[in-house]
Amino acid sequence: MKFDYVIVGNSAAAAGCIEGIREHDKKGSIAVISDEKYHIYSRPLISYLLKGDVKEKQMKYRPADFYKVNDVETLLGKRAVSVDSKTKQVQLESGEKIEYGKLLIATGSKPFVPPMDGLDSVKNHFSFMKLDDVKAIEKAVKKGAKVLIIGAGLIGLKAAEALEHYGCDMTVIDLADRILPSILDKQTSEIMQKHIEAHGVKFKLNTSAKSFNKNTATLTNGEELQFDILITAVGVRPNTELAESAGGKVERGQRDAAPNSVSGKAEPADNCLAARSNSIHARGFITDKKQAVKGVKNIWAAGDCTVSEDITTGTSHIIAIMPNAYAQGLVAGHNMAGAADRYERAFPMNAIGFFGLHIITAGNYTGDCYEEVDGENVKKLFSANDRLNGFILMGEKITRAGIYTALIREQTDLSTVDYDLLCKAPQLAAFAEEKRLDILSKGGGAA
Amino acid sequence: MKKVYVNEERCLGCHLCEYYCAFANSGEAEFYKAFRLGRNAVPRIKVEDGNGINFAVQCRHCDDPLCMKNCIAGAISKVDGVVKIDHEKCVGCYTCVLSCPYGCVVADGGHSASKCELCTANGGIPQCVKGCINGAIVFEERGETA
Ligand SMILES: Cc1cc2nc3c(=O)[nH]c(=O)nc-3n(C[C@H](O)[C@H](O)[C@H](O)COP(=O)(O)OP(=O)(O)OC[C@H]3O[C@@H](n4cnc5c(N)ncnc54)[C@H](O)[C@@H]3O)c2cc1C
Ligand code: SF4
Ligand code: SF4
Repeated sequence: MKFDYVIVGNSAAAAGCIEGIREHDKKGSIAVISDEKYHIYSRPLISYLLKGDVKEKQMKYRPADFYKVNDVETLLGKRAVSVDSKTKQVQLESGEKIEYGKLLIATGSKPFVPPMDGLDSVKNHFSFMKLDDVKAIEKAVKKGAKVLIIGAGLIGLKAAEALEHYGCDMTVIDLADRILPSILDKQTSEIMQKHIEAHGVKFKLNTSAKSFNKNTATLTNGEELQFDILITAVGVRPNTELAESAGGKVERGQRDAAPNSVSGKAEPADNCLAARSNSIHARGFITDKKQAVKGVKNIWAAGDCTVSEDITTGTSHIIAIMPNAYAQGLVAGHNMAGAADRYERAFPMNAIGFFGLHIITAGNYTGDCYEEVDGENVKKLFSANDRLNGFILMGEKITRAGIYTALIREQTDLSTVDYDLLCKAPQLAAFAEEKRLDILSKGGGAA
Repeated sequence: MKKVYVNEERCLGCHLCEYYCAFANSGEAEFYKAFRLGRNAVPRIKVEDGNGINFAVQCRHCDDPLCMKNCIAGAISKVDGVVKIDHEKCVGCYTCVLSCPYGCVVADGGHSASKCELCTANGGIPQCVKGCINGAIVFEERGETA
């Protein structure tokens, strides 16, 4: 089989790519290969499925007729094992060979499970990355079940929220000294922790599982914990094997997991002074700004398997979020179809809620801090050299957050706006008249 | 396509449009019920009062809608020029609130995000415009490039 465009992966980056190609090329043949057998679905919605907020059919990231409308051939439930960039072929596990004109690698990431003694003896051990994980958990879980989650990041806590609703007895452990270290500073992390604890979830921080004996964990602090179900959500690793097999350049990002990326682990951003580390040394694809993989021809990459250059830090790291994956896929699609496009505005950002308390965060937490803290309603804006570096908003303070996000995205010179007014409340009145009238008089040209 | 535009010089900052908007989208039959009896209907239009000026702002139905591109659920689409949220699919993560550069998506009751859809579901005439007694917002065709 031969296609003009072949995409490996069937998620956010793939959707962007398909839509990007079709803006410029209505005729070229497109095939999508994925080892997951489902219609393109929204990965973050797996926790909402487990919680019972959505049914499986509501998880479609694109409508049921998406492949038909875009004339896409699907090769689902099939795993790609290697790419030969000379003969331009993708080798599938089934033995089939798929020829491509242009190839997008959008393989995302896989869960990282650190080696722990006796893990093999655990009954009911799951990851929390895929629809099939939820299906497996649903089969194993019972009301009142004792669940141990390793990892107090976004993925672990989303699993905890869902299972708490199920009526499980939840314990979450993490080696870090606080929850959500990738997106919250110490103070906001504590507020969120209290909020989640009030809903029944127990935390054990500064500790990790040393070993397992069947369904008993021995923690590094010596404690023993019994559980019925174990979920490991420690981190993720990008799926880079395919590009490596093609000869693509896979390098360690300058920093790996970005603050605000779902998988990310970052150093504490205490007291408005963020320090970040490359605590997980994952390697992502290096692409150029057109999303072409360096070192090979006719191959592009997008999404969680790639590193992006973060405009708020100037460093490269994996920014594992849906908006980034989609945007990169779109740029790749444009370029694959022959149109010029560049992805130049990557930065971490996140909107997420736990038990009704919402947070919206973006960028990095360095510079001067404007701060409002009123119970669970928190605003922290970080700026330096007349640029907004990042923000943490919580509770009622999330209102109109996008106005702040735009300041980061556009790298707006804060001396051209009424920043004091913006600190109090995000508003268009703080912009120069010309800019404001432009927004209000037009359909908006958000780029 | 017809959109809602502001006449800044006519806006008195009375916030009446916010009430009309909230009522129109509340599903209530009577005005007061949208705001009493423990309900607090949320407007999708916002009147700004900062810096001594007043104007109303709501979704611009962007040429390149960031809310739609960034929605984690694929719940936002553009239909005949109107950017809409499918409430069946929306999970209320508020990535759209994070993304809209003009602050035009509102968190609505905890479970869903809402935005101006030009009253396409309320008879087609924007109720904010209808309710503004000053002509400070208008619904008209200005022939913008799409
Ligand atoms: C529980 C959870 C909650 C999340 N919440 C949020 C959130 O609230 N907001 C947000 O922005 N992001 C969130 N994320 C992150 C988001 O899901 C990812 O950033 C996004 O899915 C990345 O998209 P992608 O297209 O790069 O790849 P992925 O979604 O990872 O998809 C890659 C696909 O490729 C397939 N694949 C890989 N290798 C091969 C191969 N060799 N052959 C065939 N197929 C292959 C994989 O099986 C997978 O289906 C969350 C993630 C999880 C797990
Ligand atoms: S909600 Fe905001 S980003 Fe979305 S179309 Fe409206 S103005 Fe544009
Ligand atoms: S709140 Fe709803 S519409 Fe907005 S991004 Fe999340 S799922 Fe999409």
